[in-house]
Amino acid sequence: MKRILLIGLIALTVASCKKNNDDVLSNELAPISVEFDNVVGDQNLLLNSGVYTNANGQQFSVTTCNYFVSNFVLTKTDGTIYTVPQDSSYFLVRENLPATRFATMKVPQGDYAQVQFIIGVDSLRSTMDISRRTGVLDPSGGMDGMYWTWNSGYIFLKLEGTSPAAPADANGNRRFRFHIGGFGGYSSATINNIKQVTLSLTNRGIAKVRTNRNANVHLFANIAQVMNGATNVNLSTNATTMFNAFSTQVANNYQNMFTHDHTEN
Amino acid sequence: MTIRKISVGLLVGFVTLVACTKQLEQVKDVFPGFGVPSNFGTPVYPVNGPNKVTEAGFILGRTLFYEGKLSRDNTISCGSCHIQSAAFTHHGHDLSHGIDDLLGRRNAPSIANAAWYQHFFWDGGVFNLDLLSLAPIQNPVEMDETMPNIVRKLRTTPKYPSMFSSAFGDTSITGTRVLQALSQFMLMCISSNSKYDSVMRKEPGVQFTPQEQAGYQIYKNKCSTCHTEPLLTNNQFANNGLPLGINPDEGRYEVTLNAADKYKFKVPTLRNLQYTAPYMHDGRLLTLHAVLNHYQTGMVNTGTVHPQFFSNGQLVGIPLTPTEREQLLAFLNTLNDKVLVTNKLLAEQ
Repeated sequence: MKRILLIGLIALTVASCKKNNDDVLSNELAPISVEFDNVVGDQNLLLNSGVYTNANGQQFSVTTCNYFVSNFVLTKTDGTIYTVPQDSSYFLVRENLPATRFATMKVPQGDYAQVQFIIGVDSLRSTMDISRRTGVLDPSGGMDGMYWTWNSGYIFLKLEGTSPAAPADANGNRRFRFHIGGFGGYSSATINNIKQVTLSLTNRGIAKVRTNRNANVHLFANIAQVMNGATNVNLSTNATTMFNAFSTQVANNYQNMFTHDHTEN
Repeated sequence: MTIRKISVGLLVGFVTLVACTKQLEQVKDVFPGFGVPSNFGTPVYPVNGPNKVTEAGFILGRTLFYEGKLSRDNTISCGSCHIQSAAFTHHGHDLSHGIDDLLGRRNAPSIANAAWYQHFFWDGGVFNLDLLSLAPIQNPVEMDETMPNIVRKLRTTPKYPSMFSSAFGDTSITGTRVLQALSQFMLMCISSNSKYDSVMRKEPGVQFTPQEQAGYQIYKNKCSTCHTEPLLTNNQFANNGLPLGINPDEGRYEVTLNAADKYKFKVPTLRNLQYTAPYMHDGRLLTLHAVLNHYQTGMVNTGTVHPQFFSNGQLVGIPLTPTEREQLLAFLNTLNDKVLVTNKLLAEQ
């Protein structure tokens, strides 16, 4: 009986120690999500029905909005850097599938002040054996055509829609299509549209990652910035922008479309 | 029964079993597996990597290669445009025609010796054999189908779950496995049994005739920069001075967006020319005479023509006397591989 009491006492002590030392966290992995909330300027993005205006004063509506985000690196307030294991660090955000707006991963407990990721898929993964390209990266899977079969490579961002400014096609539809990709080329160098994004969380709320809850870093992706920025895209002349030199200017625009709005801890 | 008796019984049973297996093997054709011909180099494809060729994987790949369900309306298979008797090209068609008889814009290339190639298609846009099949499958003028749809169709076709199980260890049918099995079939399509190969391997009793030997020398002097042995291609991209008027296809430029690559196409192999007419990326030349005429008098300087065709700054092409032409054609004829076009292992079963 005495022995049982003693064990009980030790257990109690250990438990209370843990509670008291809340600020000394173990390196245990805990959940965090980065939310990609697509907006157009100060309006929410509504597929098909929303009507917006670009910097050239051209009206447009969006029918498809997909993009890859990957290779997440998070930095703690004390400067410690954590790179999410690559196999768990690829996400395809699809506006028509609301659940895909969360990039969910596990990082060591702690307070995080910076999030870094790339828009697209790195060149190494783009050239890996297909057995290493699973889930959203499976070129033979259902990833909504985010892959060029004729020019092996992922489409990093796909924005499609209609605009009265776009030229009419054979069926009289005025459509625009931005299919932006290019990882730099396999055996010959070519365009590289892999873009890195670094966002500080300091002003709008750091992420407090703990095992017993889920921190959510809420970002806005301002889709208007695919067309607006250093180069304001003219939908009457660049309605179809795919694998060509102009695509690099579109990528330079959308590189700046992400802002941190707030964090839910 | 004593232990000794059991042992003897087991032994007899074992010996009988072994004998039976041996007999079965004699009846069945033995699967040769993937092998590197002694006059070839190391394959580009990682043949000892994650997708090693096995008999079951090859058989599945062969079945899929000849499977119409890989196209939208179940009518076009890979073998429709890559015909074995035409050394796996679309003989007689300048441009490959696919579903609904729609025309592509380029001539269907051969799949033979794919294990040694680092780029596929005329513009080299695909850099891995496992990714090759996606292009014709999804091309609206070829097979116009999606991989998820193909996977759905195969899952409901009774023969496939067990074939996938034999090839990959379980009955799961995935797009990746479809691509890997097709690669296994294509890896086995090796063209290495022409007369030229026998001569190079110094096989007893096989020699070039004096005319073929003279042609081989001409080839070495005038063609081998690009059509390099033993594959008879250097796997690079070149502009051979085809006039643009008929078809201003920009070729490799579409993949690299580098102006220096305009009008360049993958150098095709000189193997199996007898079976693979017409020639060039758009099949515009119907005979080898037309090809040699092009190199002698038909070339046009479109800015990126290969330096090999110039002499003192002048575009001279490949000058040949009538005798040299005949000798060169005699040599080219030694590159035809009858084994490839008749091998039952590679045929639709």
